[in-house]
Amino acid sequence: MKSDLKTDNSTKISIRDLKLWYGDFEALHGIDLDILSGKITAFIGPSGCGKSTFLRTMNRMNDRIPSCRVEGQILLEGQDIYAPEVDVVQLRTHVGMVFQKPNPFPKSIYENIAYAPRIHGLVSDGPDMDALVETSLRKASIWNEVKDKLQQPGTALSGGQQQRLCIARTIAVKPDVILMDEPCSALDPIATAKIEELMDELKEEFTIVIVTHNMQQAARVSDHTAYFYLGDLIEYGDTQTIFTAPKHQKTEDYITGRFG
Amino acid sequence: MNQHTIKRFEDELNELKEKVLAMGGMVEKATKRSMNSLIKQDVKRAHKVIERDHDINALEIEIDEMTRTMLALRQPAASDLRFVMTTIKVVTDLERMGDLAEEIAENMLRTEDHPLTQVSSLQSLSELVLDQLKGSLDAFATGDLAKAMSCIEHDKRVDDKFRSMQREYLTYMMEDPRQITAGLIATDIARSLERIGDHAVNVAEMVIYMVKGHEVRHVDHDTAAALIGSELQNKS
Repeated sequence: MKSDLKTDNSTKISIRDLKLWYGDFEALHGIDLDILSGKITAFIGPSGCGKSTFLRTMNRMNDRIPSCRVEGQILLEGQDIYAPEVDVVQLRTHVGMVFQKPNPFPKSIYENIAYAPRIHGLVSDGPDMDALVETSLRKASIWNEVKDKLQQPGTALSGGQQQRLCIARTIAVKPDVILMDEPCSALDPIATAKIEELMDELKEEFTIVIVTHNMQQAARVSDHTAYFYLGDLIEYGDTQTIFTAPKHQKTEDYITGRFG
Repeated sequence: MNQHTIKRFEDELNELKEKVLAMGGMVEKATKRSMNSLIKQDVKRAHKVIERDHDINALEIEIDEMTRTMLALRQPAASDLRFVMTTIKVVTDLERMGDLAEEIAENMLRTEDHPLTQVSSLQSLSELVLDQLKGSLDAFATGDLAKAMSCIEHDKRVDDKFRSMQREYLTYMMEDPRQITAGLIATDIARSLERIGDHAVNVAEMVIYMVKGHEVRHVDHDTAAALIGSELQNKS
């Protein structure tokens, strides 16, 4: 389908005719979509519509599923991320991911942040690393809560704090894009609100793509919304338009709760 | 359109619509009755209009309460949101129309001391306005865009008629100063009718928003028509 969004050089990720199979099953039927830079894009749709699968193609998380096959193009700033010469580990420093369930490493809060920059050789241990840890935790709005206990295990934090720690860990390697797969579905409303507020701050610096089952969340946080149904992109446009006057009956039915 | 998965929400939306239409019916009746009281010089009917305005006001409060609850508890979106928004606006217009019908009835009571010599133009103006009101309520009930549009277009005829009546009454008053009070009463009634028509236009404009999601308030006629015409085939 055609998107209603104007695209220009502010496109961060450009997806062209993307098809994906799990064995014989075609899960995505040729998706064309542009993710715009510095915006929050939300993917919504009923379970099994392909939104999470689609999200995971953007940092090649599906590579690990043996039966999974991808066709089409995903261009990150013009470069095809499925090209043979692309280093997947490097790709994932550019396109980070936050998962549904907070998954901090079983290490200290400090190490959770320092680990990736160290192994990627971005920063050496010492004052530079201390600074990076602090900046990352500050950007993830969790610094004040953990600054006095950086050596305590990350797993000792509350669920909402763990999720913000994971966001801090993601941004420590300075990605361009942050993918979020249901980042708040395991959190209470207050922890959810903190993540949503955080997303609003992070979009100054990062492009964010979020998959959510919570339509109100998509409405609250995103600039653009894409509605998926049975492996097709049905409608993609300004969030305000999607939630007040969608163009397609299928979107309308889903948004208003007339689905199934 | 499919039903909502949550049956109670579906029921609440239907109930809300029925209440708005009931309120519309009451306003229509009040307008008709106030004009009949004038034409038939029936004071009882005029009093009835004034009494019944409380019912219209009470329904306004009830509908406001319903929409408020719905916004808080259901968080309607898309067409449901537009419907609830439309309801909130339409109810205000209907309540104002009820007040205007009451004003007509009050003016009718003043005619006991100052009989109107000419009510036929007022009668024909009221027929135009009642048509317009009925059209707007039908459009709300069925989501009929053509009807909403014709209700808006209809307003020009009402305005023209109103202006010609103003001139007519002015002539009477200049010819015979004893007719001044009666002339002013008649002009007041005409103005109330014309305003009822304006509120009917507001309702029709909100119906277009409800159905299409386009704002046609404060835009010229051609732009409005273009907005409605485009994308009509776009819903797939």
